Amino acid sequence: MKTFKGRVVAPGTVSAKALVSHGGLNTLASFQKALQFGDKKATCGDQNNKDLYGKQMAGKALCLPQTIGSTTGGLVLYCACSMKRQPACMLFSKPIDSLAAAGSILASVWLDDVKMPVIDNLGDEFLNFVKDDMQITVKENGVVEVE
Amino acid sequence: MGMKLTKEQQEILDGKFGDTKKRVMKTLVMYGETFGAKKMVKVTSKYNHLVTSFGLKALTPVYNLLDKLLKEGVTSGQQFSVDPRPLDKNVPANFLQKLIFNKFMYSKQDFYENQLKSLGLMNKDAFTCTAYMPEVGNTPKKGEVLSWSESSAVVYANSVLGARCNRNSGIMDLMGSVVGYVPYFGLLTDEGRKAKWVIKVNTTKKPEAQLLGSAIGMKVMEDVPYVVGLDKWLGKKLDEETCAYLKDFGAATASNGAVGLYHIDKLTPEAKEFGKDLIEKGAKEYVIDDKELERVKKSYPVVWKNPNAKPKLCFMGCPHMSLSQLIDWTKKLDTALQSVNRKKVYIKTVFTASPGVVKEFEKTGYAPKLKEMGVIVSSICPLMYMNNPLCGKMPVITSSNKLRTYTTARYYSDDEILSQITKGGVAK
Repeated sequence: MKTFKGRVVAPGTVSAKALVSHGGLNTLASFQKALQFGDKKATCGDQNNKDLYGKQMAGKALCLPQTIGSTTGGLVLYCACSMKRQPACMLFSKPIDSLAAAGSILASVWLDDVKMPVIDNLGDEFLNFVKDDMQITVKENGVVEVE
Repeated sequence: MGMKLTKEQQEILDGKFGDTKKRVMKTLVMYGETFGAKKMVKVTSKYNHLVTSFGLKALTPVYNLLDKLLKEGVTSGQQFSVDPRPLDKNVPANFLQKLIFNKFMYSKQDFYENQLKSLGLMNKDAFTCTAYMPEVGNTPKKGEVLSWSESSAVVYANSVLGARCNRNSGIMDLMGSVVGYVPYFGLLTDEGRKAKWVIKVNTTKKPEAQLLGSAIGMKVMEDVPYVVGLDKWLGKKLDEETCAYLKDFGAATASNGAVGLYHIDKLTPEAKEFGKDLIEKGAKEYVIDDKELERVKKSYPVVWKNPNAKPKLCFMGCPHMSLSQLIDWTKKLDTALQSVNRKKVYIKTVFTASPGVVKEFEKTGYAPKLKEMGVIVSSICPLMYMNNPLCGKMPVITSSNKLRTYTTARYYSDDEILSQITKGGVAK
């Protein structure tokens, strides 16, 4: 087991299997089809993301450097949360970007019954170490355990 | 909370003006604190621009949130333009596609447009991703603080117009307008506008705007690039042609990466004013030559079911074309069709531009000529049109790297597109 420490953007604790994207997550491209066509697993639809394309994102500990692409990104993430198709948590190796931050903050302020812990600044070593299906545990203080 | 608020801002946050406005302020304060903002600053532009233009059933939670704002009288303090509509009956679609668009996917379009009117939509023609064009009338001035979204519009406003705006998400854009303040961080600050990358353009010909932008976006991601060597091809003046180039270039940097601001040496306003002082110490370097552009182009995945299929539709104008682009393309098509002794394009082709630009184009003699050649001019959002399983299966070609990124459309250079739509043939 290895432990990493980041900054808490949205608080909470959770345990889930890891899903790892080494490139930026294009939120619109990744979630749109899933939200549009009732895919509760939120299968990633971004053809440009070789790590995630075709994989289930809902309920996973999504490990990524940052999100990229359209500025609908935040509201798409908000909708995913509202429709309960969000990742179990989002773990960023870099400082969080404005779109992902918006999505997680909107969910935190406007949705009373949704929790999606978000930690950023976990460092490159975190993203190099974590692999798909590893067990992730997120603690309240921004500590992330990977095993 | 770590941000220093004025009395008015604090009262909003404390709930003096109701729970909904309190939540709006809380959202903005949390947003700012995440990025180390110490204060809020006034939004100073005349108009806002919102990204969400589509009444997509999947976005019902957003419409519910807007309903909450409207019911409590918490509306936008500014009028706004908004991204293009997802529907246009003039754009080719078969019976099944029309049924799915109107009855299933965009069944909330009318409802949402009514919400937009109530919230402060500028006018019925304010649906475009290029609101900054003079024909639309939402052109921010240098130094103005915006609460915009739409990645291609934000990067244009920051880079070409010298306005100040972060890459705000949808909904967050409106919230800044509701309270009239945005948190002061990132691209609003002098420090945040410094370049972390120097891009050296060493190509032997003028690089394709959409390809160059893509290469830079994928390399620098969210950082600010300072591009040298491009003035050799673009000159030192922001004329209409150059602005159109930078529009397409910027959209590719923003969609293939997450660029919110770029500086072009000797050309864009801040690069002209401050020059290489805008480059941070220790900035990384990326050299782009012909070989590198070719490498980037070849890296794009082909996701058509049959990679050798004959294209069925061509979309040009993501972001929306300028008036000069519409005119240039009409001339280019006319010449190319004459050279192969054809009167009409070989592939169904749609050029998209803002309603304001289309109106001006229709006043010229080029509009009937383009129509004669079989090209449809529309103000639709090609991206929203493409985002459904039926269109996703269609072999669509485009020279928009943004459209390529978000859909199954296949990217070709402008010259390749011209050749394909005038001569036909299998995509290569």
